[in-house]
Amino acid sequence: MDYEFQWRPVLRSLPEMLWGALQTIEIAGLAMMLGTVLAIFLALAKRSGKKYLSLPADMWIETARNTPALFQIYMLYFGLGSLGLQVGSYTALLLGITFNNAGYLAETFRGGFAAVPETQTRAARSLGLGAVQTQWHIVIPQMLRAVFHAMTNQMVWSVLMSSLGVIVGLTTDLTGVTQELNVVTYRTFEYFFVAACLYYLISKAFTLSARVVAWRLFRY
Amino acid sequence: MYFGGSFSWGDFLFLLSGAVTTLSITLVAVIIGTVLGVLFGLIRAGAPWWIGNTLGAVLDVFRSVPLLIQLVLFNSFNSMLKLNWPTFTVGCICLGIYASAFCTEIVRSGVGAVPQTTRRAARSLGLTWRQELTSITLPIATRIVFPSWIGLTLGVMKDTALVLWIGIVELLRSSQIVTSRVQEPLLILGITGLIYFVMSFPIARLGNQLEKKWGTQ
Repeated sequence: MDYEFQWRPVLRSLPEMLWGALQTIEIAGLAMMLGTVLAIFLALAKRSGKKYLSLPADMWIETARNTPALFQIYMLYFGLGSLGLQVGSYTALLLGITFNNAGYLAETFRGGFAAVPETQTRAARSLGLGAVQTQWHIVIPQMLRAVFHAMTNQMVWSVLMSSLGVIVGLTTDLTGVTQELNVVTYRTFEYFFVAACLYYLISKAFTLSARVVAWRLFRY
Repeated sequence: MYFGGSFSWGDFLFLLSGAVTTLSITLVAVIIGTVLGVLFGLIRAGAPWWIGNTLGAVLDVFRSVPLLIQLVLFNSFNSMLKLNWPTFTVGCICLGIYASAFCTEIVRSGVGAVPQTTRRAARSLGLTWRQELTSITLPIATRIVFPSWIGLTLGVMKDTALVLWIGIVELLRSSQIVTSRVQEPLLILGITGLIYFVMSFPIARLGNQLEKKWGTQ
């Protein structure tokens, strides 16, 4: 193999890549939070048993789960653009991952809701809580506890999916920054190797912190 | 919004040929992934803990790094080592290894779900290790993990969209090519999404049904 590794330019641009990593964490985190909120509504809509609520929720969930995430981002980036709604690559990426997260999490939450006994709802209602109060204070917290592990996985997926932004021209997240540097220097392997290491660290950081949070929250 | 117009039958056939590429990459990658996954999964389940855990940690890397980055790295390996493999091969192998990382965990959980007593009973009835594996453990484990395996296959099919980054014209890329000629992004992306949906949804349903049917037995 007559390839000469050159690590110095990579080390020099490490601060830039770390800023990119921060942006990646921001996108992934935001998409996860928005996705969780939307997924709760989607799961509730599916449980409601009313056709006009469950049908749109079903369409959302099945589209999110049965088409590639990249396709969903394309749909927002190119599709909305042709309707006269120009969205930037950042927005398209964020909304795309949010859409995807919401679809997957809604399925998870449906299982989670089923795991909360019906008696909990009835007990809360008979103690005088309203329907919304019951959901907010009684059912949703227990549901989230049941699906916490699955949510951790989805968070890692959210990080991994955020790398797709570069395909619609995002230059500020970790992959985007790496690609920019790669185009200038042609040290593809070195730059992307470092990016891979950073992604690994981000994924592991999320998994570990989720474990710590779970340990703090869920012990009796 | 003006739909229709210049989108022709030929464009649709072009999209379908992209879908064929998507399916063939999926097929090759899933075969590689399953063969390696069963092998690694059995090692993970049966070998001494330090071998199993090391293998697990290595495979975990493939699940913690974006596939896009893996593809770029693998592609640059290809040119660094002067292998000159076509990008199709690169894409298939990269996706195959990626799939094997997930398949390993599926196989491991399946083997782990076979009761120890069943396996011991088989051995005490005089079956050899290999006989016990092929006629007791694997059949039971296959039933348990088949729905997850279907999920993995569908996941790989959706992930094949990323190979457009290293220059393979699969379904999503061919939709872009058509769009650049016809200038109807929403229509063409809609059709593309429908093709993905048609390829994925029936299999997903089948998986769900099998899960329900086998779960109750």
